[in-house]
Amino acid sequence: MKRRLLSALLVATIGVSAVVAQAQVSGDVVKIGVLTDMTGVYGDLGGQGSVVAAQMAIDDFGGKVLGKPIQLISADHQNKADLAASKAREWFDRENVDMITDLLNSAVALAVSGVGKDKNKVVMVVGAASSALTNASCNANTVHYAYDTYALANIAGKEIVKGGGDTWFFITADYAFGAALEKDTSDVVKANGGKVLGSVKHPLSTTDYSSYLLQAQASKAKIIGLANAGGDTVNSIKSASEFGITKSGQNLAALLVFITDIHSLGLETTQGLMVTEGWYWDLNDETRKFADRFLAKHKARPTMNQAGVYSSVLTYLRAVQAAGTDDAQPVMAKMRALPINDVFAKGGKIREDGRMVHEMYLMQVKKPSESKRPWDYYNLKATIPGDQAFQPLAKSTCALVKK
Amino acid sequence: MTDIFGIPLQALFGQAMIGLVNGSFYAMLSLGLAVIFGLLNIINFAHGALYMTGAFVAWMLLNYLGLGYWWALLLSPIAVGVFGMVIEKTMLRHLYKLDHLYGLLLTFGLALILEGGFVNAYGVSGSPYQIPSALAGGFNLGFMFLPKYRAWVVAASVVVCLATWFVIERTRLGSYLRAGTENPALTQALGINVPRMVTLTYGVGVALAGLAGVLAAPVYQVQPLMGSNLIIVVFAVVVIGGMGSILGSIVTGLALGLIEGLTKVVYPEASSTVVFVIMAIVLLLRPAGLFGREK
Repeated sequence: MKRRLLSALLVATIGVSAVVAQAQVSGDVVKIGVLTDMTGVYGDLGGQGSVVAAQMAIDDFGGKVLGKPIQLISADHQNKADLAASKAREWFDRENVDMITDLLNSAVALAVSGVGKDKNKVVMVVGAASSALTNASCNANTVHYAYDTYALANIAGKEIVKGGGDTWFFITADYAFGAALEKDTSDVVKANGGKVLGSVKHPLSTTDYSSYLLQAQASKAKIIGLANAGGDTVNSIKSASEFGITKSGQNLAALLVFITDIHSLGLETTQGLMVTEGWYWDLNDETRKFADRFLAKHKARPTMNQAGVYSSVLTYLRAVQAAGTDDAQPVMAKMRALPINDVFAKGGKIREDGRMVHEMYLMQVKKPSESKRPWDYYNLKATIPGDQAFQPLAKSTCALVKK
Repeated sequence: MTDIFGIPLQALFGQAMIGLVNGSFYAMLSLGLAVIFGLLNIINFAHGALYMTGAFVAWMLLNYLGLGYWWALLLSPIAVGVFGMVIEKTMLRHLYKLDHLYGLLLTFGLALILEGGFVNAYGVSGSPYQIPSALAGGFNLGFMFLPKYRAWVVAASVVVCLATWFVIERTRLGSYLRAGTENPALTQALGINVPRMVTLTYGVGVALAGLAGVLAAPVYQVQPLMGSNLIIVVFAVVVIGGMGSILGSIVTGLALGLIEGLTKVVYPEASSTVVFVIMAIVLLLRPAGLFGREK
């Protein structure tokens, strides 16, 4: 009897506090922060374009949620985790920011995700790759939006082996990200009946890749997997073309490469390259329309990451609307409950480990003769449903996943 | 087939060849630095940024004026050289009487401004620059495929390096330069315009960086940060060769490229560190560098 009374009381208190919370939008404004790399290696992938995309989402939503104005602020995280964490703290504590998005670097994303958990605010990681965000380091305040290393390795490994590329040699950046990407991809290649003939590790930000490529060439592997990122990948691809690697029958698979990299390298150099993307501007009429609007404001086609920022802001605002508050946990609950249907994802779903599950695409870079206009770079090779692209929930090491 | 340290000889030749190509970039860049330090006593930290500027000027000539690689090879170093002379005349000139550190800080600041400006205007990913059609393709050497362009880079830089060395060490102009460094007042008294000579020297030094930039443009991506990746290694080369020693920087540049290339086969993880390990050892055994003179 006593226990029942107690639980009734408890329920009542929770109910009351929920009602109180419902009437609330903290600071009478919903504030969204775009924390991105403005000037560093990922500046073209996110940067000012991410801010433009976030503003487009706010405008498309109508500029107001629950009758309160929506504000946008942005800052440069300079790819420094400590700087990003202190910026996030400042935003949450003093600027009244409710949600932070973009975060283009795994170290930065992991740091800010931790701050979001401490302050109980929403963090939507779009641009970072590490799948640790939804495994060992997951928390109830973080959503991982566009892609992750698991999906990259899984899709590239499986689809390329299926297409006949069954022997691999890896050129790997010598730090945690590169090693993880190589390991994940090797596992998938082997699981699908392929063989890994060898690998070579290079220091971060090496300028010349020709000697590694020569070793890859000597291995006679059909596929040379590039487990590196950014400028390292760009220079590897460039040297491969110069040394005639691709013309001699070996194919490159860049495990993490973005449309901005293809744009800066040019099709002459990148043709035939296999690329995994979470989104492409030229997929259908809806994405093309979005890309045209974006082009008018930013003078470039949107990247997967920028479209992801747009979608993350829209998803967040819809959840705030549905929850009737900008309080983090009710909003997170609504985000998990509501399917995501916008220009970025169809039937997207946020799981309890924070992973946003959506379709991924395997693309092949066009020949220069096939490209009809600027930014017309990809041929769609395969569409991979979300549940096959991303890590199954059963394999997740996230503590939030009930098993 | 014969092996050395368990590595097939063939692979070793290929890697040595590639090392030589990288070495010739190091040689050309460190040569410019050595000339500037040897004759002006300025530690030119803007060298990497000016190398990048050289590559960008080549790209601009092609994209805005339609002038190809061969024109760029001529015009870009001139543009960078003129720019350098303006810097020397307006800024560096005032720092000669002060400690080296001031020149270093000024040129470092200039490098940051240049890089920031290009990032702002062209983004960080950079733009491609195609290999000129006359130098596309390559030779099959049996043990490796050598792109023609890389062979050209080695040849061009060896010629430029030797010519520079010859001018400074073996001609009358070079002797004026060296005299101007040893004793500016006396040289001036003999009727030689030392300040103008210093300006020209700085111009030529950075023009070498610009030329290296044009040579590098088709090999690497033309991007604003391309210089900052290279400049630290190049400084190590200069220190190992002996600050200010022209011949030292040429020989060391080529040798370090070679050593780095071989490290990439034996223990690739250490390839970015090996240059600095050598630098530490050289500094311990011969503080003035391999070819430097103790002062």
